[in-house]
Amino acid sequence: MRTRVLIPTGAIGLGFDADALARAVAAKPDIICVDGGSTDSGPFYLGTGTSKYGRDATRAEWRALMLARAEAGVPLVVGTAGTCGTDSTVDWMAEITRELAAELGQTVKIAKLYSSQDAATVTDAWSAGEVHPLEPVIPADAGAPATLTNIVALAGVEQITAALDTGADIVIAGRTTDTATIAALPLKRGAHPGGAWHGAKIGECGALCSTNPTSGVILIDFDEDGFTVQPMAEGAKATPALVSAHMLYENSDPFILYEPGGHLDVRGARYSALTEREVRVEGSEWVPSDNYTVKLEGARLSGYQSTILVTLRERRYVQNAQAWVDRLGTFLHGEIASRMGLGPDDYALDFRLIGQNATLGALENRAGTPVEVGVLAIVTAPTQQRAAEIAKLANPFLLHYPLTDDEPQATFAFPFSPADSARGALYEFALNHVMTLDDPMQAFRLEVEEVAHA
Amino acid sequence: MPELGSLVSRVRSKNAGPFWLTIDIFCGDTETFERLEPQLTTAAIAKLYDQPGQTLKRFAIPELHVLKFSMPRINIQGSRQDRDMHASQWAWLLSEMQVD
Repeated sequence: MRTRVLIPTGAIGLGFDADALARAVAAKPDIICVDGGSTDSGPFYLGTGTSKYGRDATRAEWRALMLARAEAGVPLVVGTAGTCGTDSTVDWMAEITRELAAELGQTVKIAKLYSSQDAATVTDAWSAGEVHPLEPVIPADAGAPATLTNIVALAGVEQITAALDTGADIVIAGRTTDTATIAALPLKRGAHPGGAWHGAKIGECGALCSTNPTSGVILIDFDEDGFTVQPMAEGAKATPALVSAHMLYENSDPFILYEPGGHLDVRGARYSALTEREVRVEGSEWVPSDNYTVKLEGARLSGYQSTILVTLRERRYVQNAQAWVDRLGTFLHGEIASRMGLGPDDYALDFRLIGQNATLGALENRAGTPVEVGVLAIVTAPTQQRAAEIAKLANPFLLHYPLTDDEPQATFAFPFSPADSARGALYEFALNHVMTLDDPMQAFRLEVEEVAHA
Repeated sequence: MPELGSLVSRVRSKNAGPFWLTIDIFCGDTETFERLEPQLTTAAIAKLYDQPGQTLKRFAIPELHVLKFSMPRINIQGSRQDRDMHASQWAWLLSEMQVD
């Protein structure tokens, strides 16, 4: 049996080609799957349980997908809703869905799959030896979960299948693996397991595996032997080279992909051009594991930051920017100690030299003579108030501090007033672990609601 | 000696989750792949990125004319010390590497 999956875009928020979506809906898909997030934008979103994309932009894209779903008469699934896939972002997405259902006059059954983890439960699992570190091993023990603001587990196909089995029109899933939403229905309907997981990985970034990567929309047909991928934008083509190269993208290993319940091995995959725009893939293998494990993600608050940006244009300061910040840093540590009574463990003061090595730091191996250098001063402290106090103390010295004692007063360029900006909370990723489950649903919750608007 | 970037089709780098980054070199053709493959050893790349060689993963994929290197991030994504949230600029250090 063929299962046709429509993937409108690599992630909600990236947009898609409306004509390509219309063509894909007309091609009668069995399900529409879209990704709602990842860790790629950093720990802030998981730390706070909020979405990276704004509500208006998300709502506009989701509206188009809810209309596509109604027209196609098939389920619509979003994985990792609201960037981080915490319970709070699932509820946020559900609220948007209810609003749109009312606006569009749609009657829909919504299944919400929750992936957030209770810290005490994870600690118990840790103590029972059911939580294991992945490489690279980061320092963490059974006490770690209690220090985190949010923990999520990554759902796989079993949990998405449970959500689909409720008969839901719309599934709003919390954190899931990139592939799970796409692989679930084909696997349930008997598709080749290696092909289902491999096709899902190829499809999870939308049309990125085609000659028109920003157009978004692709269709993947799954069957008992493999899968076929076709991009839907006018003139867009999938080629064997582009499709096979997609396994490189954001994967530390281009041949093996670990998922809940096993791993995908694509070393035996064969890619062929079915037409000039469609690629056929067969030969990938799914290897089930003995234990069912889910990956955990967690973030903790690690301080608050204030920043000041100052630019140097005077040639002597540009040429000696590193010496200037070294001297300034030493001076400021002394001032902060004497005026605020703070030692080196109470705060951090970092300087990034934009134009010199701000991007690569110590790895930078090129030296040039830039026209100007931007000095980004970053203060990190346990409270926003302390970070702001230190930034305000540093302000006049970032403006005037001299390279040597015996020279006329220098003044540099502040682009803003006030010069300091409160950046808010800093979060850090604090788990790189998997948790073993006896039952795939043990760490997840499913809720169903019906919204009726005749 | 030419820079690697002047010989190949494309070099790119990206996060592979918050704890790893991965660099893909698309050599473009068999000749370039065979020229570069012996030079881009695990040791050479580990040195360029100040990594312990044993944690660096190297993949040579002749069918795609691709060389791929994956390594743990020196600074975890988004941590105070991190300078490149998506690890997207790491590629350019390799692109500018002098090769034979």
